[in-house]
Amino acid sequence: MTNLTVNLKEKIGFGALFLATMAVVVPVLCIIWLIVTRGWSAISWEFLFTMPRDGMRAGGIFPAIVGTFYLVLGSVAFSLPVGVMAAIYLNEYAKDNFLTRMINLAIINLSGVSSVVYGLFGLSLFVVFFRFGVSIISGSLTLGIMTLPVIITTTREALRAVPKPFREVSFSLGTTRWQTIRHAVLPFALPGILTGAILSIGRAAGETAPILFTVAAFYLPNLPNSPFDQAMALPYHLYIISTQIPNIRLDYRYGTALVLVGFVLIMNISAIVVRSKFRKKRW
Amino acid sequence: MKNAKINVSKFNFYYGDSRVLKDITIDIPENRVTGIIGPSGCGKSTFLRSLNRMNDVILGSRAEGSVMLDGRDIYGRDVDVAGLRRKVGMVFQKSNPFPKSVFENVAYGLRIDGIKDKYFIEERVERSLRDAALWSEVKDRLRDNAFELSGGQQQRLCIARALAIEPEILLMDEPASALDPTATLKIEELIQELKKKYTIIIVTHNMQQAARVSDLTAFFMLGELVEYDITSIIFTKPSKKLTEDYITGRFG
Repeated sequence: MTNLTVNLKEKIGFGALFLATMAVVVPVLCIIWLIVTRGWSAISWEFLFTMPRDGMRAGGIFPAIVGTFYLVLGSVAFSLPVGVMAAIYLNEYAKDNFLTRMINLAIINLSGVSSVVYGLFGLSLFVVFFRFGVSIISGSLTLGIMTLPVIITTTREALRAVPKPFREVSFSLGTTRWQTIRHAVLPFALPGILTGAILSIGRAAGETAPILFTVAAFYLPNLPNSPFDQAMALPYHLYIISTQIPNIRLDYRYGTALVLVGFVLIMNISAIVVRSKFRKKRW
Repeated sequence: MKNAKINVSKFNFYYGDSRVLKDITIDIPENRVTGIIGPSGCGKSTFLRSLNRMNDVILGSRAEGSVMLDGRDIYGRDVDVAGLRRKVGMVFQKSNPFPKSVFENVAYGLRIDGIKDKYFIEERVERSLRDAALWSEVKDRLRDNAFELSGGQQQRLCIARALAIEPEILLMDEPASALDPTATLKIEELIQELKKKYTIIIVTHNMQQAARVSDLTAFFMLGELVEYDITSIIFTKPSKKLTEDYITGRFG
């Protein structure tokens, strides 16, 4: 009798946990299914690699793909080195004092700031104050600042996961702190750092609000050819063709969404692959 | 003491407010094995780690008194701590190779030193592995990951890694406590070989081991050096009652 009750409780508990897990997975699968079924028919060579025509009702989304590519590249070029260096400082050098605690608090808060605030911040700092104008460089820096907390946090986790004896042994072999970080810590934290970088790429590619005022163009007849040019970008393009342009074919919208989601998904999956591949040959 | 490599005098060590080493004064001779025994928490590991300043990294730790190595105070101003640790190598309780190949583990210190000469590194790695009595077992496995070696081999690899940067002194913190009897015996034999070239200080929990490997033995308790003498005297006719009680197993 008691055994039965225990078993029943076990089953109910298990069921509840399973349902909660499904509540996470099902919406994701639904979104992907919806986008793929409705957008797949739009995907073609022309769609991916030509300029838009007829007021963006025909042709391709090539400039938006190129723009997003530039923005991602620019934001990672900024946030990866800065974020990794900040994480190294915080994890390896900073003493546990008031300043450090304030910095930690700031990082946590930064990751909670809504993305439109980053957009406004980028507008006032990069576009207006630094006079970069509405440009790829302004948008990249804004996205870079937005993804900094992701990179800092994942890098710190990766540094923390390096077993303590590695540092101790390295010191005992007569190395300086930096040599130890360089040779006994960073190589083993690298997969974790890469994971953070890839995740931040996904985030930077998908955000609309931060690029709204800093880089995104409604329509450009030519591809950008300098960092100080405006650019089109996938998420903003999707927003425009969904809300601003009447009578556009449905599969054009879903096709654009598919390209964007596909890009982010590929990034996230490769982050997982990188991590598990390196973890296999771990200590 | 003649030929003392290290002279420690009136050495105190604190973690925050707690004084874990109390007025330690001891001379450690060159090319001998000095064993340090004592119950858990007696400060023997702390003492060992003060000899290459590995305690420095612990927040709120503080040292007083002097530790003279070849007549120079290692706690003096302007001491290059990294340089000190190159002179005073260390082997830890748990074998802790890097997740690299056998070869790269031994070459670690040399590579960091910026040595690029391939033949020099190969020669030094081989010599270190020979000195650590590991060469014959790993000479065909130099490219294998160090984790594929057995526990005893890993510990000897760690010894080879420490030897590769040519220290003068080797500190060993219970180097065999995690090993089986056969592997332990190998380490003990190795220590007898190594003392010809190096000054060895070994902390051990195992009194038989101290009796077997060390020329001199120091007995620590509650942060104090109770007795220090030639090993055979410590184990046969110690002058302090406390020492006798400990080595006869009445406590500890």
